[in-house]
Amino acid sequence: MQDFNDPGIGKELIARIGSLAEKTGPVRIMEVCGTHTMAIGRFGIRKLLPEHIHLISGPGCPVCVTPGEYIDNTARIALSEDITVATFGDMIRVPGIHTSLELARAEGARIEVITNPLDILLIKGEVLFCAVGFETTAAPIAAAFSRAVQEKRDNISFYTSLKLIPPTLSLLCADEEIGITGFLLPGHVSTVIGSAAYGFLKIPSSISGFEMIDILDGIMRILSMISEGKTRVENGYRRAVTPEGNKKAQEIIISCFEPCTEQWRGIGLLPDCSLRIREEYRKFDARERFGISSEEDDGMPEGCACGEVLKGIILPDACPLFGNTCMPDHPVGPCMVSSEGSCAAFYKYERGSE
Amino acid sequence: MKITRAHGGGGRETEKLIHDIIVEYLGNPVLNSLEDAAVIPGGEELVFSTDSFVVSPLFFPGGDIGKLAVCGTVNDIAVRGGVPGFLSLALIIEEGLDTADLEKIIKSISTECSRESIQVVCGDTKVVEKGSGDGLFINTAGIGVLRKETSLSVKNLKPGDTLLVNGSVGEHGAAILGARRELNITSDLVSDCAPLISLVDCILGTGAEVHALRDATRGGIAAVVNEMAQGSGVTAVLKEESIPVKKEVTGVCSLLGMSPFDMANEGKLVAAVSPDGANTVLEAMKNHPLGKDAARIGTVEEQGQFPAVLITSLGVRNILEMPRGELLPRIC
Repeated sequence: MQDFNDPGIGKELIARIGSLAEKTGPVRIMEVCGTHTMAIGRFGIRKLLPEHIHLISGPGCPVCVTPGEYIDNTARIALSEDITVATFGDMIRVPGIHTSLELARAEGARIEVITNPLDILLIKGEVLFCAVGFETTAAPIAAAFSRAVQEKRDNISFYTSLKLIPPTLSLLCADEEIGITGFLLPGHVSTVIGSAAYGFLKIPSSISGFEMIDILDGIMRILSMISEGKTRVENGYRRAVTPEGNKKAQEIIISCFEPCTEQWRGIGLLPDCSLRIREEYRKFDARERFGISSEEDDGMPEGCACGEVLKGIILPDACPLFGNTCMPDHPVGPCMVSSEGSCAAFYKYERGSE
Repeated sequence: MKITRAHGGGGRETEKLIHDIIVEYLGNPVLNSLEDAAVIPGGEELVFSTDSFVVSPLFFPGGDIGKLAVCGTVNDIAVRGGVPGFLSLALIIEEGLDTADLEKIIKSISTECSRESIQVVCGDTKVVEKGSGDGLFINTAGIGVLRKETSLSVKNLKPGDTLLVNGSVGEHGAAILGARRELNITSDLVSDCAPLISLVDCILGTGAEVHALRDATRGGIAAVVNEMAQGSGVTAVLKEESIPVKKEVTGVCSLLGMSPFDMANEGKLVAAVSPDGANTVLEAMKNHPLGKDAARIGTVEEQGQFPAVLITSLGVRNILEMPRGELLPRIC
């Protein structure tokens, strides 16, 4: 097997990126996925690029863009009903507006961390599942959902905050304040939706895996497109991503969910960038079962610049709270909590002068 | 037979359990008296440590909670320069545990102890009701005699010191994660769980100027080098490329979004050695069965902005953080 972390190849790619960058003006490449953000920090890639080549992080951490009100609602139901809340681990510590699932758990709520959505079928009694994620996670969530429907499991309800990548990319492109000149596209999401799903993109982009060579190769592809004046989407992750993607996963997602407009925390209402449960299955919808209205308050803490961080307008250390009142031990904003949040990644690898 | 609450009652059943399983395998003149405390002969400086073990699952590739309960405590004593001789053994058993499993675990304690010439000299057994434990929790405390003229301490690191490790890192943590069914990972990983006493013998036997040894358990080598550097007011600088990591460990870690440097070890130590003795110690480690893959992983510098720095394979100086938080699986 090829070693995708070979430092020799890595250094050569950096040299090639350096010479390509001589032919371009300022470049702003957005990595949309939190796993990319972490990998860029871990390998120290940002520090090796020429000064005018900027890597900016996008809204690709699903936990970070889940509205504060969603978290408060979940905590309230967990405490007031005889119910088990099943969630992915990353959600536990994220601050809502007034509370968090961690606090609710300490007050006696039954909160169970799962890694596989199918595990909710094994929980006894009333269950609310925090169905949070992008397309990659939406597929296994849909699998669990259709099992619950088939088995008429009316003890289970799904509280969705599912987000879609492609429509979000087109909105980000249109935002001149961000000024994106290239996208490093998320490898995991792309395995589900396929490279053809990005056909609408009109800026140089590369689908990328998560190893050092994958990321450097993606940056190089984007710079070489920019220097040639080309705008296309290249697939730099062919070992996992096909043009059509995973048809089965797409079918099961669309059989359970449909696009809708919802709040993205720190960003606002994004038209058709989320998924909700289809009309015919609404009785499995926690919003219906517990009378939850759609989240209006995204609940950004005062002074927190996560919104600008999520859109790539600023780097995390430009937020006045970063490293002062907001740190991984006592996070203020959502991006400092999730292991893939931009602020947490920046704090872990890139704060200070080292 | 199943363990019942009666086995924790302190009466006949407890007595029988201790006699049939514990004394059966671990018996010796001091333990056999079954007093409240053991009187240990000797007038030297003693090294004393304790550790609790709550690992799940109880049996994992490369060991079990019993082996771990011996290694964890004796390694703590060994890396401080002590020669461990005696252990206490406290069992907190959840009702319903199979006595056959308990027996297996006690046998494995016995194997480790006899190999290392250590005696279990006192102990305690409690049984808690179903649901209050996870099969079995163990606490061990250990006493050893300090070797003459050794002063190993995390306060002793000096700028210029070389940092060594006795082999590839992260295997215990990765093996345990692999053994947990809920994560659905299959791997051939085996825990590195091993007593380090003879390795420490061999390191100190070189006569080189060794400033500190630390066993890199929970929190992995990242935690250990941070603690060492903080203890001594210096900065530890590790080179990513020099740190041995098995491919399987890297695989499990990348699947879970974790770093091998944060993963627990149970048979690895980090040594800070004065530069002129580093080669001698490294060679001595490599000639020991527990040090075949030993490596020079970094150096100690004057105190900088952060206690620990990792030079990535691309040559960038990154912060090497003290691991924090629960081990959260990533969700996308």
